[in-house]
Amino acid sequence: MTASGEPILGIETSCDETAAAVVAGGRQVLSSVVSSQIDLHARYGGVVPEVAGRAHVERMVPVVSQALVESAVDDSDIAAVGATAGPGLVGALLVGVSAAKALALVWDVPFVAVNHLEAHLHAAFLDEPSLELPVVVVLVSGGHTMLVLMEERLRYRILGATVDDAAGEAFDKVARYMGLGYPGGPAIDRLSGQGDPDAVAFPRAMLHDGWNFSFSGLKTSVINYLRRQPDSPAADVAASFQEAVADVLVAKARRAAAEHGALGLCLAGGVAANSRLREMTLDACTADGLAAYLPSRAMCTDNAAMVAAAAWWRLEADGPSPLTVGADPSLSLPEG
Amino acid sequence: MLGCRTAGVGETRALGGAVAALVDVGDVVVLVGDLGAGKTAFVQGFAASLGVTAPVTSPTFTLANRYEGRLVVNHLDVYRFDGPEEVSDLALPELLDDGVTLVEWGDTIASALPSEHLSVTIRFGDGDDDRSFELRGRGETWNRRADRLRTALKGWAVPC
Repeated sequence: MTASGEPILGIETSCDETAAAVVAGGRQVLSSVVSSQIDLHARYGGVVPEVAGRAHVERMVPVVSQALVESAVDDSDIAAVGATAGPGLVGALLVGVSAAKALALVWDVPFVAVNHLEAHLHAAFLDEPSLELPVVVVLVSGGHTMLVLMEERLRYRILGATVDDAAGEAFDKVARYMGLGYPGGPAIDRLSGQGDPDAVAFPRAMLHDGWNFSFSGLKTSVINYLRRQPDSPAADVAASFQEAVADVLVAKARRAAAEHGALGLCLAGGVAANSRLREMTLDACTADGLAAYLPSRAMCTDNAAMVAAAAWWRLEADGPSPLTVGADPSLSLPEG
Repeated sequence: MLGCRTAGVGETRALGGAVAALVDVGDVVVLVGDLGAGKTAFVQGFAASLGVTAPVTSPTFTLANRYEGRLVVNHLDVYRFDGPEEVSDLALPELLDDGVTLVEWGDTIASALPSEHLSVTIRFGDGDDDRSFELRGRGETWNRRADRLRTALKGWAVPC
């Protein structure tokens, strides 16, 4: 195996997925195992921190073992171990960080603390090795909503972010209000397929105003609408809500691409699996002559392959992380 | 108990700001209200009034956000907590000593919170943007501040 193709074990436990993966040279996915806790959390309508922490502990060893077996890489050939150190739930992050440090010590290889947001930015490259920079990345999940200009692999600028609720949080909360269950994104996506996206003109907050996003007012607006008209068709309300979210995200992304001379638009994070957001992104790219990078659902949602890839790039650039680096629930994306 | 009414998210922020003028390190404000009632808006005004310039975003995902103004403002969201036994994740005693703490959906973990606190219940009013508030100070320090609180909020007061 060449030095550039050294396999790295990645571990991801920032929220409700316990994941491990082996990726060679930051590019080639040899295995990627994700054990979701969605069923565990569904009855609470969201991730329950204590439940998440306990479940990560129970699943860590089997998930890592499976990732190693499926990769067909011998333990002794693993060149480094990377784990998501933040942002996320502290009790959940600690499980992955501790496991990664233990393995790095036992195997006598470097440990790499990985920023979860940076990992999401690297996810698209695993599906699309020919991705050309610079791109504007729309990073949308349950906890984050940001517009990032990615100029090089490790050089990016946050153009804007949500000033209140994350896009995925708006999906979850609206779905909960409508009694559609958890997670809200897929539920609203499915229901919207049968609805009219133009049925209700929900507000597009800050559409023409800067690079930030606001989804709290939209959430309240949907709730007000349903309180006033409880008998309105749920599919129409869901589709109109989804349209408003996608509209704002795509409008700002294409404006950012034009202003910064980006070659394409890229989706990342769990909400990137939303079918309407993907469709609108593709349409915008076709219209503007941009490349559209729409990673597979498995690569958009939390996974450890993106963690192993980001770990490889960070290890190349900065070397190993000290074992004193701990979990940081509010870690921000490094810019520069 | 104090009753208040606001018309619009701007007034809800202003009300939060008026309450903030009365708080000190160690105080706890518990916010109760349905989705979209304006709990985060209240916290935004509250934090701004204490000199916090960073954007106050929803803590639903991170559970706890910390802001530095004239006082440290801890903004907690226990929406996803199943009960008081899960509060250990938040390191609550350390947070309480550190600054003033606002807890959204605090009613779900009531028994884990200090008995001395200000509870703020927000309900939807008749118009889309109307909200009604019920503020109840519990414990001796809030009893002592009752008159000041009444004065600070008289612009929004309604009989209750």
